[in-house]
Amino acid sequence: MIIFSILAAVAVFSAVMVITRKSPISSAIYLIVLMCSLAGLFALQGAFFIAALQVIVYAGAIMVLFIFVIMLINLRDNDFGIDKRKIQKYLGFIFAAVILLQAVFITGWAMKEFSNETESAMSSEFYQSPVDSLDQEDYLSAESVAENLFMRFAYPFEVTSILLLAAIIGAFVIARKSDPIDDEGEET
Amino acid sequence: MPSLEYYIILSAILFSVGVWGVLKSRNAIVAFMAIEIMLNAVNLSLISFSSNIKLIISGLIQALPADQVPALLRSSSAYGQIFVLLVMTVAAAEAAVGLAIIISIYRAKGSVNLDDVNIMKW
Repeated sequence: MIIFSILAAVAVFSAVMVITRKSPISSAIYLIVLMCSLAGLFALQGAFFIAALQVIVYAGAIMVLFIFVIMLINLRDNDFGIDKRKIQKYLGFIFAAVILLQAVFITGWAMKEFSNETESAMSSEFYQSPVDSLDQEDYLSAESVAENLFMRFAYPFEVTSILLLAAIIGAFVIARKSDPIDDEGEET
Repeated sequence: MPSLEYYIILSAILFSVGVWGVLKSRNAIVAFMAIEIMLNAVNLSLISFSSNIKLIISGLIQALPADQVPALLRSSSAYGQIFVLLVMTVAAAEAAVGLAIIISIYRAKGSVNLDDVNIMKW
């Protein structure tokens, strides 16, 4: 619980810092902190494989891409001038707060209903807390993820490779400098 | 070990911070980072549900024969993690394409201020 509180506080703090910093680079650094604390939260729940993946893919690859693009377009703080949308900023905050309140209320309501419903089930002989089950059998291990990923979910897994290929080609086509078709109609 | 609702509420907080960031920021890159925060908040709730799978399907467990319970738990607890894996893949693809769009907007407009990108407005 102490580890959870620390990691949650770091996550919320760095998430707020990401969107309130002026310079995009410090936003990116705080986003890396957020990713690492979320990886800690995943590991806390026994999902070690996803925690490792979070650090490698998000804090590694995606954030390097972000920082690379920030460096590439060379932003300055004064590029944005005076904010013309004063009211909209507060409206956005109010909107986000309303979403948060709704989510918290729905969670509380659902948890109450759920705990009433499963009170008998939880006291049954099959129920143990998730920590106990992790000690007995490694339900959340990378082994069980791999087993399901490559057998039951092999087809979606292959489809993601096509998605990544399409993303690579799409990113290349969108970001390249010249027009793809010259006057003679040939690829440049 | 904190219970499921703490994780869900943390995930809701992170999601609304992401919504706030998308609505408030004028820098396209920061808005993009806020989208990544929202994706991560959803990943957190998926992982929480999957690691509490015994609690979630405890009503179902009683209806099943006892010898099927370990197999069911074993397969269904990995589903959430596989979903997170796929979300991460989509997030990586989205980051690549989105940043390419930001670069091409920067080439066309000379800025990444979202207020400048209004040719599709009305």
